[in-house]
Amino acid sequence: MAKITALTMPKFGLAMTEGMVAAWHKQPGESVRQGEEIADIETSKITSAYESPAAGVLRRQVLAPGEMVPVGALIGVIAEPEATEAEIDAFIADFLAKFEAERTEAETEAAANPERVETPAGLVQYLAAGPADAPAIVFIHGFGGDLNNWMFLQPLLAERFRTVALDLPGHGGSTKALKQPEPPALARFVLAAMDALGIGAAHLVGHSMGGAVAIAIGQEASDRTLSLSLISPAGLGSEINADFIRGFIEAKRARQLNAVLQSLFADPALVGREMVENVLRFKRLDGVEAALRTLADAHFPGGRQAYLLREALARFPGPVQVIWGAQDRIIPPAHAEGLAEAVRVHRFENAGHMAHMERAAEVARLIAELAGGR
Amino acid sequence: MSKKSFRQAVNEALRQEMERDPTVVLMGEDVGGGMGAPGEDDAWGGPLGVTKGLMSQFGRERVLDTPITESAFIGAAAGAALRGLRPVAELMFVDFMGVCFDQIFNQAAKFRYMFGGTAKTPLVIRTMYGAGFRAASQHSQCLYPIFTHVPGLKVVIPSSPYEAKGLLIQAIRDDDPVIFFEHKVMYDDEEDVPDEPYTIPFGEARFVREGEDVTIVAIGRMVQMAGKAADALAKEGISCTVLDPRTTSPLDLQSILESVEETGRLVIVDEANPRCNIATDISAQVVEQAFDALKAPIRMVCPPHTPVPFSPALEDAFIPSPEKIAAAVRSVMASPTRQAAA
Repeated sequence: MAKITALTMPKFGLAMTEGMVAAWHKQPGESVRQGEEIADIETSKITSAYESPAAGVLRRQVLAPGEMVPVGALIGVIAEPEATEAEIDAFIADFLAKFEAERTEAETEAAANPERVETPAGLVQYLAAGPADAPAIVFIHGFGGDLNNWMFLQPLLAERFRTVALDLPGHGGSTKALKQPEPPALARFVLAAMDALGIGAAHLVGHSMGGAVAIAIGQEASDRTLSLSLISPAGLGSEINADFIRGFIEAKRARQLNAVLQSLFADPALVGREMVENVLRFKRLDGVEAALRTLADAHFPGGRQAYLLREALARFPGPVQVIWGAQDRIIPPAHAEGLAEAVRVHRFENAGHMAHMERAAEVARLIAELAGGR
Repeated sequence: MSKKSFRQAVNEALRQEMERDPTVVLMGEDVGGGMGAPGEDDAWGGPLGVTKGLMSQFGRERVLDTPITESAFIGAAAGAALRGLRPVAELMFVDFMGVCFDQIFNQAAKFRYMFGGTAKTPLVIRTMYGAGFRAASQHSQCLYPIFTHVPGLKVVIPSSPYEAKGLLIQAIRDDDPVIFFEHKVMYDDEEDVPDEPYTIPFGEARFVREGEDVTIVAIGRMVQMAGKAADALAKEGISCTVLDPRTTSPLDLQSILESVEETGRLVIVDEANPRCNIATDISAQVVEQAFDALKAPIRMVCPPHTPVPFSPALEDAFIPSPEKIAAAVRSVMASPTRQAAA
């Protein structure tokens, strides 16, 4: 019997429970290679490409664009050309019967939700995943980001590590009060969160401004910093895309913000309507605009980076790696040059400022290697 | 962030703005209600419990139960707004506008203009609208087109709990008179609503979903109906943009025009009576400004031009349904002008 493969709604990130096909790139009857992009999947957070799990011919588009279905639901069928229509019909009927049965069982299993904890530094929202007794990884997002930025990366690392993604002050669900915006103060905020969660030391993963915060933690508390993985970090040079910072703060309308967010990615199509809406919802909260302005004025006055942390990074005794998308339009990848020899530098083609979203699997592998290889 | 009903979202917006700003006061019939009467510890919070608990938290000084005289308390609220308070008055059912409309359209709406810009009137009037509550002709109308017609008034029609909280806080902070419409059958609808205060700007439509074939513009409760229709149509291979204008004054015509430029087809869903309603207004403006973009005639899905019936069967048939919306979308997809354009 010819090989038939189910295409199912993928799970991007811990919190994803449903998604829809934004567009099909292949029509029934077209042949596809394994790993070839055959559809765009839109979730409540992001639009992402769906790569074919097998080679063959796309025989059915079970799901029409725009229809929301749960993770794991059948969206299409790929098969070898010799599979008959009757075989495909039987395969689909069989899949649907099994899927319904499993779904009823799985419905009790709730999606992971962020939690909140009060600390001396203020309210912290975080998302934890992974075994509590495993070595810890703490994720620190960048300017205007939140813990959802790690939605692709965190599940990949949660199998072997205790992972915690948190919201910095002024962001996500953490306190909107931001009196001290400089990196050492933000470092103390993260350390207070680690205290509250009983994390002594952790591997730190910092993105952009969060990279500068991670370096500051390594400086402030090197004994609690097992390693540093810095993704397009701030702090290694003075250039930064001032239009992005200003545009992000000022954009009030979805269309304005869409254009701003597109500059984060090598492929602008990754920015979906829902991602824009989620960022707008964050920006509408009382206190957020003020917090973003306070941060921008301190970190990027006059469109230049104010905190240069190369020396601090050079003094950090543990392992360090720097990861950069070659098409980063926010902070130039050239900032990764001229670092100490021990620092591993990884550069990804076809990625922009968000390598942890754009190349999640490879970035996860690098972080696991650095954290596990000590 | 937690799940909140439309009722809780409105209550939380009022509570948080009253905590933030001591000039915010509530007034209306039974907005407190019952509190202190024998056996009544807490306020009823109006006939549907929307303002429940606010009188016990803020006291009778700031939550004023008024006599059943809309002309008096709406007028008092307009005057108080002129003198520095931020009153939120409750006109229990918008159907009662007839007895207080002079205070709204000839007084509050005109102050800023006629006093040469020196006066501001930060007045909010919350009011219930809409059919489906088995409340008969005098408690089921929409009437927002009448307010939209009057320059100087802002008209807000939220389509969900998240929208209601952000738009009501924006309304309270706005310096002009705002009429805020709450659909009485939506109070138990639930969705995720942030615990923190937030604002949604007026005059910016929400793209509820984006599609390629047809633009559906829907008002208030009709946004849900349009979403259900779009779900059904997606299974037939018809992809719809659903646009929620959020406010009919100001109206985000730009977003509607941009969407029609993309899809070439427009269906407008409005629960208000079909003559001179929001659907006819949008239709006229789109035809005037984007006629060349249209591949098919515009279709309007509205109730018949009758009072809202009391018979449950007739009332259900009166309200635009997902099926009627889907049928209208199919008809613009099948329109002969489509072939001519293609």
